[in-house]
Order: sequence, then structure tokens, then C-alpha cells
Amino acid sequence: MALTSNRVDVPVIVDESKCLDKCKACIEVCPLDVLAKNPDTGKAYMKYDECWFCLPCEKECPVGAITVQIPFLLR
Amino acid sequence: MEIINLEVDFLVVGGGTAGCMAAVKAKQKSPDSSVLVLEKANIRRSGAIAMGMDGVNTAVIPGNSTPEQYVKEITIANDGILDQSAVHKTGLLGFDVIQELEEWGVKFQKDNEGKYDLKQVHRVGKYVLPMPEGKDLKKILSRQVKRNKIKVINRVMATRVLTQNGRAIGITGLDVRSGDMYVIKSKAILLCTGACGRLGLPSSGYLYGTYENPTNAGDGYSMAYQAGAKLSNIECFQINPLIKDYNGPACAYVASPFGAYTANASGNRFISCDYWSGQMMLEVWRELNSGQGPVHLKMYHLDESTISEIESILFDNERPSRERFHAGRGENYRRDGVEMNISEIGLCSGHSASGVQVDEFMRTSIPGLYAAGDMANVPHNYMIGAFVSGRVAAEHAMDYIKDIDHGDVDSDFINTEKERLLAPLNNPNGIPHTQVEYKLRRFVNDYLQPPKSPKNMKIGLEKFIDYKNVIDELGARDPHELMRCMEIHFIRDCAEMAAKASLYRTESRWGLYHYRLDFPNRNDEEWMCNTIIKKSLDNNEMTIFKEDLKPYLFDVNLNEEKYDVSVA
Repeated sequence: MALTSNRVDVPVIVDESKCLDKCKACIEVCPLDVLAKNPDTGKAYMKYDECWFCLPCEKECPVGAITVQIPFLLR
Repeated sequence: MEIINLEVDFLVVGGGTAGCMAAVKAKQKSPDSSVLVLEKANIRRSGAIAMGMDGVNTAVIPGNSTPEQYVKEITIANDGILDQSAVHKTGLLGFDVIQELEEWGVKFQKDNEGKYDLKQVHRVGKYVLPMPEGKDLKKILSRQVKRNKIKVINRVMATRVLTQNGRAIGITGLDVRSGDMYVIKSKAILLCTGACGRLGLPSSGYLYGTYENPTNAGDGYSMAYQAGAKLSNIECFQINPLIKDYNGPACAYVASPFGAYTANASGNRFISCDYWSGQMMLEVWRELNSGQGPVHLKMYHLDESTISEIESILFDNERPSRERFHAGRGENYRRDGVEMNISEIGLCSGHSASGVQVDEFMRTSIPGLYAAGDMANVPHNYMIGAFVSGRVAAEHAMDYIKDIDHGDVDSDFINTEKERLLAPLNNPNGIPHTQVEYKLRRFVNDYLQPPKSPKNMKIGLEKFIDYKNVIDELGARDPHELMRCMEIHFIRDCAEMAAKASLYRTESRWGLYHYRLDFPNRNDEEWMCNTIIKKSLDNNEMTIFKEDLKPYLFDVNLNEEKYDVSVA
């Protein structure tokens, strides 16, 4: 089957200047497990477009690096 | 794919409301037993109350109401279809649970005299107890699990229940990060994996924009069914009146005690009671289809301090992101009504009344297999019911396992399951789970969203059965995508059950939840009974049949006590 990748506006925005390389707080608490570390930068990012905009990632981030937007389709 | 073998005395599948309580109660009753909580997310923030809860909806507090009054209220609200003895447990033990939660640090609202500040949302009694500071509820629960030294495995999703000679002896699971397979033997198993919240497709089109936590994909409904357990009244859907597009509660349970109410476009009341019943949902549906819409939750007539107080609760609890949703649209409760819509369908006994059939000890029809929380059919059970059912199941199970040895795992079954798990990974360029799930759930909307039409449901049933072939085409590139693929199996099973059960009950009942256009009236003579779905052990076909209700504990005259919430 032929596959293509689409651009998607994702709800979870990470401020890379604040995100701590060794911290995984947001990744560990996400119910949908959609966050991951970018192996090249060590920063968290939204890897899968499956967000419930429930906010644990934002609340548990120790440095306030995360902002969750309402997904575009609902906004 | 490595296979990891474990053996425990009591396995709790799902570390949400029911699961955390069950694990703690099991360990307290039998400290030497090994108790394991298996959780597909992380118990610190998982399940329906991941971000807390703003109140308790089924609090039977001495001096305010009695368990008997509560059972009668639910009997009427659920049009007579229930096992009163199971609902009675919620009434009997709910107060105990509330007191214990208080000891753990959960705060409930009290009045000036220090008494619980109960509110009336139900038709008759006062059962709603606000928890304005309930945002950390899940953290408090997970702390108790830790304090009782209970083993937790996060990020492993159960996929099948293992049985031997009709008895439950364990589960298989998938590590959703490493892709390893778990085979866990247990003397008793409690399934408490929540609702099937990903059945219908939200009108926004966003797969995960659901009312329920979208991790809850009907896992337990499907696993119980595949193991041969009975499920009951699956045609009694969950449909909620929600904030349009956002799909979270508006939330009249919090706001109506302050004077807010559900109104039509003219700002007038059209329902007499904001309690979520199928009858109430039917009135909302009628209003939306009458030209009197949109329907909205009206608060703009209240004073500033009241609105601020409502906001402080709603913007901090359960679904706190609603604050930024409203802000993004320039909406303000002081000026604007909260536009509401009827949700897509789901299955959830916490709100309505469909699930795995259980008795008053939360036993399913399979020895050694228990069910609790939203997936166990104890009607209108909500959060307190989840706590109570988890506790009851655990305490019963710890007695059951005393004289039981571990079963023997069938290696053929494990190999078959391993192949099922590997199939999408072996087909990485297969159809992505997002597309396969989207189409399945759109079919659910097209053919099952009430009002129900017989021809549509038949087409739906055929499509859901055929969809097994589409699932064979799924492709996954990593363990995370594999988790989503396996969840589609759960969703498909639930869709087939929902169509089958809806076709079978040839009457209308529970307001909009089971409103059939070809049989618009309730028919107590033929249908004051459970409908049971069960997998045939002979040919693996889905069977459905009637089963008598258990005798009531308390008489209720359902001919006189009609649940009618329309404003004449």
C-alpha cells in the first residue's frame, strides 16, 4: 500500500528552551502515551496525534515548558 | 517480541477508580497475597478521573437519604431494568467509601455546621456531593496504592483473558512501549478497564475528542466477551448532553445547584431535571430537532460571585481545558450560554446501564473473573459506584482464591494470540490505525446513533462483521501503533454487540438510549428483562437471549412511577 504523511497542527507545544533533557515527567503521565523525546535534541515533542487535551503533561512539567492547545478540529 | 511470564494471586486490570480501590482493599484483606495492578497508561493520571472529579453523584449519606430510596430512584430512572442487589451495594457502602477517601485527604464540601453539603440533581433525592478541590483525586489514589506496597506495571495493555475449563486463570498483555508480550497467571482477575468511549465518532471528526478518556476503548467489554462471559443490555447506549465540539460536560451537575439550568434558544426551561437519564436525553434530542435549538446551559442570569464560584470549580477539575476552549471562542458564562449537543454513542454503565453482567459481588458469569467500574453493568453507578464495586470485587476475590491453585496456560492459545499481536507489525505498510478506526466509528454513527432504524442497524451489523477483514489489513510501525490497532479489535467487538442487541430488543426503552422508530413504545410485557450477549462456545458465534431480572429487594410500581422530565 502506498502511504503519505500529512501535516497536522498538534495540540501539545513544547518550549525547547525550557524543556529539561533528563526529565520525562510529561511522557510518563500522558494517558494516551503520545509524547516522546526527540533523540537528536533530548527535548519532548508530541509524536502521535492522539491528544485528549486533559493537561497532566502541562500540570506536571516542572519548568512550565508545555502548553496544551485545544485540537484544531474542536477549537 | 519477548514473552514475559508472571504469576500473582490477584490481578487488577486497569488502575483507575475501581482498580486502585480494589488493589488497596485486596492487600488490606490479605497482606500476604500478591496483588498486581496492570495499567495501559500510568496510574498517577489514568482512567476517567485522570484530572480529578468535581463531585460525587451517588452519595447516600445517613440523614439525607437511605440505600432503599437510592435503589428506588435508580430503578425508576433505568425503567426497571437492573439487579437491585448490586445497586444496593452502592447505596450501602458509598458512605464508607466517602469517609475513607476523606481519611486519605480527599475534601468534600461541607456546610457551616460541618455537615456534608448535598445537592439535588436527581429527580427526587439529594445524592450529589460537590468536591470543589477534587483535582488531585487520582494522585491521592495512586499514593495509597504505593503506600500499601502494591505492585504496579504501567504501560501494559491486557489483550485477552485466559481460561481453563470455563475458569479465568490469567491474561495476555502487550507492553505498549517495548512491544513485549505478557502472560500473567492469576487465581482471580478483576477487569475494570472503563467504558467503551471510542465507539461513535465525535461530530468534530477528531478520534480522541471523546467524552470518556479515549484510552478506554471497550477493552474489558471485548475481553470479557471473548472469554465467554455474559454481557447485558448493550442496547442501552451512553449518550450525553455535552459542550458542543469540546465534548466535555457542560456541567449542569455542578452549576444547577447554583441556579443554572438547561435552556432552549429562547432561554426557557424544557426539562424539569438535569440528571442524565435516557429520558432527559430524548427531551434534548427533541428540542434540538424542533427548531427551538440550540440548547444551552444558562448561567448568564446569575450574579458575578456565583458565576466566579462555578468557574473556579469547572476550570480546575475533571476537564480543566474547557476554560481555554471557551476563551478561544470568546465565550463568557456571564454573557453566553454554553452551547450543547448530543454526543456520539458509547457504552458505559457508570452513566447508563450496559456492560459485563455482574452479581452483587461483582462476579461475572465466569468463575474467577470479576468486573467493576464503568464496564460492569451496575446502572448509573458513577464514581462512588466504581469505588464500591472495586472494593466488593476485591474482598470477594480474596476469599475465592483461598482454595484455588493456578491454572495451566494453553500454549496453543498463547501462540495464536502472539500471531494476532504480530500481524500489524509484520505489515508495517498496511492501512494506518487512524483510517481504519475513523471509518469503523463513522459507520457506528451512520447506523447506530439513535433514533434507531431497523434497516440501518442490519446494514451496520453486516458492516461490523465484515470489518474483521479490514482489521486484517492494519499496519503498525511500532508498539504504540500496535496498541491502537489492538484497540480497534475491542471497538469492533463493541460495535457488533451494540448492533446485535439493539436489533434484538423490539421495543423502546431508556429514552433516547434505545429509541426505536419501528417500536416507539415501551413493552413491559415482553421486555421487562435483561438481554444477554454471549459467545457460543460451540461455533464462536455471537448469541443473544432474554434472561429474567432478579427479584427486586424493594417494590417499585413502574406503571405509576414514570420517569418523565419534560416541561409540559
